Amino acid sequence: MSFQPVHFYQTGTFTVGNRLLAQEERSVQANMERTNSLNSGHRACQGCGEALGARYAIDAAMKAASGRLIAANATGCLEVFSTPYPETSWQIPWIHSLFGNTAAVATGIAAAIKVKRHKGQMGDVRVVAQGGDGGTTDIGFGCLSGMFERNDDVLYICYDNGGYMNTGVQRSSATPPAARTATTMPVGPEPGNAFGQGKFVPAIAMAHEIPYVATATVADLRDLEYKVTKAMGMRGARYIHILVPCPLGWGAASEDTIKLARLAKETGIFPVFEAEGGELTSSLKIRRQQPVEEYLKLQKRYAHLFGKTPAVATIARLQAAADKNIRKYGLLDQEAN
Amino acid sequence: MLKQTEGSHAVAEAVGLCRPEVICAYPISPQTHIVEGLGEMVKAGEIQDCEFINVESEFAAMSVAIGSSATGARTYTATASQGLLFMAEAVYNASGLGLPIVMTVANRAIGAPINIWNDHTDALSQRDSGWIQLFAETNQEALDLHIQAFKLAEEVSLPVMVCMDGFILTHAYERVDVPTQEQVDAFLPPYEPRQVLDPTDPVSIGAMVGPEAFSEVRYLAHAKQMQALELIPRLAEQFKAVFGRDSGGLTHSYLLDDAETVVVAMGSVLGTIKDTVDEMRAAGEKIGVLGITSYRPFPLDNVRAALQNAQRVVVLEKSLAVGIGGVLSTDVRMAMSGLQLHGHTVVAGLGGRAITRKSLRALFAKAVRGELGHLTFLDLDWNVVNKQLERERTTRRSGPAAESMLRDIGVIATGIV
Repeated sequence: MSFQPVHFYQTGTFTVGNRLLAQEERSVQANMERTNSLNSGHRACQGCGEALGARYAIDAAMKAASGRLIAANATGCLEVFSTPYPETSWQIPWIHSLFGNTAAVATGIAAAIKVKRHKGQMGDVRVVAQGGDGGTTDIGFGCLSGMFERNDDVLYICYDNGGYMNTGVQRSSATPPAARTATTMPVGPEPGNAFGQGKFVPAIAMAHEIPYVATATVADLRDLEYKVTKAMGMRGARYIHILVPCPLGWGAASEDTIKLARLAKETGIFPVFEAEGGELTSSLKIRRQQPVEEYLKLQKRYAHLFGKTPAVATIARLQAAADKNIRKYGLLDQEAN
Repeated sequence: MLKQTEGSHAVAEAVGLCRPEVICAYPISPQTHIVEGLGEMVKAGEIQDCEFINVESEFAAMSVAIGSSATGARTYTATASQGLLFMAEAVYNASGLGLPIVMTVANRAIGAPINIWNDHTDALSQRDSGWIQLFAETNQEALDLHIQAFKLAEEVSLPVMVCMDGFILTHAYERVDVPTQEQVDAFLPPYEPRQVLDPTDPVSIGAMVGPEAFSEVRYLAHAKQMQALELIPRLAEQFKAVFGRDSGGLTHSYLLDDAETVVVAMGSVLGTIKDTVDEMRAAGEKIGVLGITSYRPFPLDNVRAALQNAQRVVVLEKSLAVGIGGVLSTDVRMAMSGLQLHGHTVVAGLGGRAITRKSLRALFAKAVRGELGHLTFLDLDWNVVNKQLERERTTRRSGPAAESMLRDIGVIATGIV
């Protein structure tokens, strides 16, 4: 279970103030000792889900690794907005090599650490690799699968905003059906992205039967911290896939980032779960199920579905996909009963 | 210790003696025996404190090498041909980041058409990648160059590619002198990185660099190769002091002092060329040989000095720059700038075609007579070429060229014409 039952909800929210919790239960971000691994002053857009996700994930990983952490980073928004010198935001040893090789670079780091530890030249240093959905599910997929298959001692974190936002919002294999991108324009008989077979990398990671796979969103940051901490307590290949709304690419208001992440989970569009050794071990239940329209209509990338004649059939297909997730991952309590 | 052993195994032993800490391996002929040998040595504990990683592609091999080198580990991998092309993006990245990885390239042709045999087009395709590229003439030199390569790489913080002819060297059993661990330790100190991913002193590596500094960063790469130009001969001297052998350096000269005709080449073909030159010298011809060991950095001054008093130069290269002719010869021509001598480019040995003494002797004699053209393809079968050109002239759907030409050759060989 990823949650302790907590009863001190602030009115109208699902969150609880840290001040109501015991010290040891407070979030990493609430801790004065947090490392600020991704420090302020970087160039991410207002409301960037990825910057938020990375900050929480890497600070939690740093805490779990007692400050001994090396990060490998794929090309993409996170790399670009965080590093133009002399203004690097990274307070940890950090390397960017290429777009498609981050998992392999992390493997190399882990191998070097293993040798250096054995020689007594280095302590127990841990490795995270991180990239966007393009760098993970498309161009970096070969290296990712190789790292999984060898069970290298790397935690790979994918920040999924459903497209190549850094290059100007093009389609990736993680772009959802019907969504508008610069390469799936809302024109023609089937506007937006095609309905393909999907490429949900967390499920592919599970098929590798690696020790730990989890999904998370930036709406549930405690859950994210918990999962990163849990992953860091394990060895071998681990994978966390975080849904990070992108105000620019999704055509959403920057203050709606958290709301959209929550709606993705509450509609079933994005299942939040954990798996160990390839088997599902827990899922975050939907609290108040919402129809997919509530999620879609906040985003201009789906605006073509809500014109003068709403694309009812398309919306129904998206609802059906969400319902399938709900069944498959047991996202509703009654489903679990 | 003298051994009769395979070239690949000699290289594996040399790399093992260099105390590598991370080796990544992906199979591609003809380099496979090297990493197989190393894998066995690591698994058997003959190489200690070393991680041997079987990766899923050459792109991953170089990427793993980037990660481990940046974390301060002495790192080695090997590849060839398509593998080198497949890792090309990471090849440039490794040198751009200034990581002293050592990689063997067991030189092999590039397809299509697919061909597993030797030429130099793979390594030369990466001539501008920023890697130092050294070409071995013999198995002994291949062994020796690997030991020098780690020291060179780590001194200038640049990656080094040791190129050895696929099959001709990698699979040849020859006598080599394998040094002792004490000798290698005396020559090669432990790796002290200039930059390292270290939690006690965090740095960012691989940040974006804009127009304000990109030229300077790239110039620095050039400046480091110019430093290597100075360092390579010094390392060869140090090597000789410890191991008692002449190996490495920028170039090898053979009978150049009074040579009117100079043949320039790289790699194992130098042996055949020297034998041919011996024959021609015996017949009174003033001909000599310049072997290029360091292709990058390219020793312009040495090459120029070697050609200073010559009348003609024949650059014999196992590579083809389609659309112009030679690759190596372009660099040699640059060294010749201002010198009054005839330059000839000879493309030979592509895809493993044997370069015979007989062909070389006829070729060099033609050059001496002043009858050799600007660009020559040694032993090219014009019948096959012309037949295909004619087919393409007369038939729109002339079919796949390589297959048609093979069929033509097969028909001729079986006498079914």
